[in-house]
Amino acid sequence: MSLLDEGVVAIAEAVRNRRARAAEVVEESLSRIAAGDDELHCFHTVMADEARRRAAEVDAAVAAGRDPGPLAGVPVALKDNLCTKGTVTTCSSKILEHWVPPYDATVVERLSAAGAVAVGKTNLDEFAMGSSTENSAFGPTRNPWDTTRVSGGSSGGSAAAVAAGFVPLALGSDTGGSIRQPASLCGVVGVKPTYGLVSRYGLIAFASSLDQIGTFAVTVRDAAAALEVIAGHDERDSTSLDEAAPELVPSLSGGVEGLRIGVIEDFVADVSASTQAATAAAADALASAGAKVEATSVPEVLHGLPAYYVIAPAEASSNLARYDGVRYGLRVEGPDVATMNARTRCAGFGPEVRRRIMIGTYALSAGYYDAYYGQAQRVRTLVVRAFERAYRDFDVLIAPVTPSEAFRLGEKTANPLEMYLSDVCAVPSNLAGHPAVSVPFALGEAGLPVGVQVLAPALGEPLMLRVAAALEAAAPAGVRGPVRPGGRKEAGGA
Amino acid sequence: MAGISIEEVRHVADLARLELSDEELSVLQGELSSLLDHVERIRRLDTEGVAPTAHPLPLHNVLRPDERRPGLSQEEALAAAPAVESGRFLVPSILGEAP
Repeated sequence: MSLLDEGVVAIAEAVRNRRARAAEVVEESLSRIAAGDDELHCFHTVMADEARRRAAEVDAAVAAGRDPGPLAGVPVALKDNLCTKGTVTTCSSKILEHWVPPYDATVVERLSAAGAVAVGKTNLDEFAMGSSTENSAFGPTRNPWDTTRVSGGSSGGSAAAVAAGFVPLALGSDTGGSIRQPASLCGVVGVKPTYGLVSRYGLIAFASSLDQIGTFAVTVRDAAAALEVIAGHDERDSTSLDEAAPELVPSLSGGVEGLRIGVIEDFVADVSASTQAATAAAADALASAGAKVEATSVPEVLHGLPAYYVIAPAEASSNLARYDGVRYGLRVEGPDVATMNARTRCAGFGPEVRRRIMIGTYALSAGYYDAYYGQAQRVRTLVVRAFERAYRDFDVLIAPVTPSEAFRLGEKTANPLEMYLSDVCAVPSNLAGHPAVSVPFALGEAGLPVGVQVLAPALGEPLMLRVAAALEAAAPAGVRGPVRPGGRKEAGGA
Repeated sequence: MAGISIEEVRHVADLARLELSDEELSVLQGELSSLLDHVERIRRLDTEGVAPTAHPLPLHNVLRPDERRPGLSQEEALAAAPAVESGRFLVPSILGEAP
């Protein structure tokens, strides 16, 4: 097995201990991308020259007796809504097609300071609005398990890049499931941390009270190790929690003996039989491992989706007002400023982004504000209270991640509302600001991966990831990546 | 049923500064109506006395010390602008002025 397939922790250890060079690891990642990404389209931009230069710096540091950090030489893919100084950051939108940010996102700085090597910028649904990457202005990402199917979204490029073995680590963002859903569909681990645990500075805003950056990797340990690096207070984000980065990796092997785990049963009607079966099997596995597992009803979670589809577009319509053809991005000329603005925005934004801006503008407009936005915010409180109630009885909760396995490209594009339903099990955690993780746990219909979601209260990452690690240990072989595009054979990392 | 008229859709597009064709407006009319139908189920919930949640964190007025720090230079700030003149962002005429 190649070192690249041994994952984040193993690569960093080998590079720090001079058993491998960052340059070799990065070169292998670049060559896999070059060989396989025409078919999958995980990447918008491959940062080959910069990655090679950076890898050489890491190797030079090791040679000089300095420690490059806990992610030394680890190739990482960055969702293309994370700002990278000097490297085009498109958000999969024509409005930012040629935009080069003048600064790095905090997470990009922290990865680099820890010795990781950014190899490229990954595809997403335009402005992270979608569940399949089909809303990308530059074409969808295909699922490495079956290239006729979607990778999920919006962080589909990042999930698929890890699932295909191009990189052992990727960052995404999760506003309403955009890390967890593609992780489930691609058979990798995807962590959405507590709101405020990871700085959003340099993450292009979609819905500011919901957006959170998180990690993708093949294993829980690797995803946790990278989260330790990017988490922690940042004064450049005024919504950053005043918390140090938590220690996550040491407690992963603690087991689930005696933990109280609730299985949210309210999504049953919304998910496929195989998805339901995967969640039930996960519950059984945790019970066998010594946890006290019980079904529980948290009916308010079902109010999450309609509340989300008012709140997120409302915040988006406000955030996206900045794309006006004046300071950066696309401009389409017009005789006056208002016409220039309107023509620019129409030429620059794709159909889904326009749709969300329209929904949000309507929900915030005079006469409808309280009926829609105000009511959605009150319902958000109901969801928060319901979780508070549930966590009196349980340490963590488990649930499906998304209603089904990866669907076919084009299958849901005709009906926006049907696509939105992909997020039903994911959005409650965003509304509450709570952490949640998707862990590969089963193979469902057509041999495609199915994840199980572990949810925890705010800052409950250590326990949540411990449970995720227990699920991972109990999962049948072959349920996770990496897979070679087109084939479903496990290529490593069992 | 939460219907939305084509005039309302046109008005909202105007507020959102989107120049849309009649055909696009009509497609959006259908899509917005079906989403609003979906949202109806939470509009009917009793939320009397429930405080709204605007944000998941109890953080308020986070300020840093009022000290000068380096920011983007004028050149960096203007580097990505579609049109620039004399160190400023250039826009078409407003209020009917001659350019």
